[in-house]
Amino acid sequence: MKSRSLNRNARKNFLTYGLVIAAYAVLQTITVTGSISSSLKGMLVPICAYVVMAVSLNLTVGVLGELSLGHAGFMSVGAFTGVTAAMALQNAVPYPALRLLIGMVVGSIFAAIAGVLIGIPVLRLKGDYLAIVTLAFGEIIKSIVNNLYVGVDEHGLQLSLLTNKLALAEGGKIIINGPMGITTIEKLSTFTAGFLLVMLTLFIVFNLVNSRSGRAIMAIRDNRIAAESVGVNVVKYRLMAFVTSAALAGAAGTLFAMNYSTIIANKFDFNTSILVLVFVVLGGLGNMLGSIIAAAALTVLPEMLRSLQDYRMLIYAIILILVMIVTNNPLLRGYIDRLFGNLRRKKAPVQAQEGGDGHA
Amino acid sequence: MTFLNYVLSGISLGSIYAIIALGYTMVYGIAKMLNFAHGDVIMVGAYICFFAVARYSLPPLVGVLAAMAVCTVLGILVERLAYKPLRTAPSLAVLITAIGVSYFLQNGAQLLWTPNPKVFASVVGTGRLALFGGQLTVSYVTITTIVSCIVIMIALTWFTGNTKMGKAMRACSEDKAAAQLMGINVNSTISVTFAIGSALAAVAGVLLCSAYPTLVPTTGSMPGIKAFTAAVFGGIGSIPGAFLGGLLLGVIEIFAKAYISTQLSDAVVFAVLIVVLLVKPAGLLGKQVREKV
Repeated sequence: MKSRSLNRNARKNFLTYGLVIAAYAVLQTITVTGSISSSLKGMLVPICAYVVMAVSLNLTVGVLGELSLGHAGFMSVGAFTGVTAAMALQNAVPYPALRLLIGMVVGSIFAAIAGVLIGIPVLRLKGDYLAIVTLAFGEIIKSIVNNLYVGVDEHGLQLSLLTNKLALAEGGKIIINGPMGITTIEKLSTFTAGFLLVMLTLFIVFNLVNSRSGRAIMAIRDNRIAAESVGVNVVKYRLMAFVTSAALAGAAGTLFAMNYSTIIANKFDFNTSILVLVFVVLGGLGNMLGSIIAAAALTVLPEMLRSLQDYRMLIYAIILILVMIVTNNPLLRGYIDRLFGNLRRKKAPVQAQEGGDGHA
Repeated sequence: MTFLNYVLSGISLGSIYAIIALGYTMVYGIAKMLNFAHGDVIMVGAYICFFAVARYSLPPLVGVLAAMAVCTVLGILVERLAYKPLRTAPSLAVLITAIGVSYFLQNGAQLLWTPNPKVFASVVGTGRLALFGGQLTVSYVTITTIVSCIVIMIALTWFTGNTKMGKAMRACSEDKAAAQLMGINVNSTISVTFAIGSALAAVAGVLLCSAYPTLVPTTGSMPGIKAFTAAVFGGIGSIPGAFLGGLLLGVIEIFAKAYISTQLSDAVVFAVLIVVLLVKPAGLLGKQVREKV
């Protein structure tokens, strides 16, 4: 029984990889042949960034079982540090792809550091209290970045907080300009880079979840006291999941920021955290494929509804509420299950298992 | 005297947070959900009062009452249509639904009332009361805010302690199943809780916009988040906790603005929240629930 369920997991993981590769192949083909609409083309990189955000948040919310309302904070840290690194190395590193890679690595390292700093106090708390503290950290990061000034000249990087006190030498340039953010980003992000980041994220998350550590993390989620009593180091594994999630969000932040020419701290606010949380919950807790589909679909949806003009966000809200009610109301759920009859019954064991992944 | 002035404006802002936080904390206590749409009910209340007073030139008191009435109906409707079908659903599903409602209210307001900022005329005028021979001036808005907060607090404490409905609310927040067995109508109790919370949100909206007169469809979100923080700060689910949390948060925010930095005041507020939660993980007045093994 155990090996069968492992097989099912492996099959599902390969299905996820396969679908992502197929989606990339299809989108890349229509991009090359030029039959892609310009609005969709502009959204390819943000979709990749949001997919990475959703999968990484799913690690915290679905696998670790803790609600985080400040995930955009890590994205912000990654975006600003990553872009700063890429811009500071503009002359030293001639290859744009390598600069993007360095940016992402730097972004994820800084986001991981933020994850450790935030995780150590936050993970002592539980439930809604933990959620509110992650929200608070997200807001703190936003406030700090909004008042941060960073410049670069021949002597290296210079920092100042609150007011622009940078004394840059001749030929130096300002990178982060307080509330104005970064205004002269070179657009290094490409769809291929985004696709590779998504694949890497999936690889890291799947391997973590299916490892000894992953099982320890899920054991803590299901019953912390029981896990502790059999010798699982609760602090270590919780921190491991949280920091991995933060580092991936940092890389996503760099990818996202390098797709635009300007980026401001207010872009990564509470609403962005919530947006990503919506992807995760809609896709299903602990279900990475669900997160990917939800992130892609909900990023495209407002564009698809563009013909409805002013009403589109209203419709978006109604769709969100209806989907939550239809999928979670026991009466409606029973009705849908009966409607699909046999088709559903075959899948029933899988569904029951996933239902078990949900938690109070 | 400037210090006293800061204290007063802190208490005034804190009173607004406290009134909003009461709505959060009551709903959390009884329905165990974070009602993220609460902040947007504040905005709806402020708009209703604005139109009643500015467009139809009704007296301000009627405007406030109209706002309360509309928000009460809105609160009950939202509860019935969006939250009631999810009574047994996992808490995250309810949270996302609340976020959906919040988007709906914000975008609905944008369609109905356009995103252009409206200038809200204070319901109690812009006069100031001079004390100590003019050394300390207090605006009428500040006084009204503080007085309303105290009145609301006393009324709510009396209501939850002495009326049948109030007792039913406390029973439901302790144990819904047991309350139902004792003959309490849980559904209508939850509806009443939402109604009271939303009516309070309307009052908070009017007071907020009287003090800070720019009214846009997103007016409610930041005070909503802050008040939510205040509710957690005081211990979510506890009514005195919401009051204390709101007041402290307001005073800290004004002090941070005055003595540390205007731009970083939000960061300071949230940092204080984090420190408090680390020392007292269930908030200042929250119940410490012991884990049973």
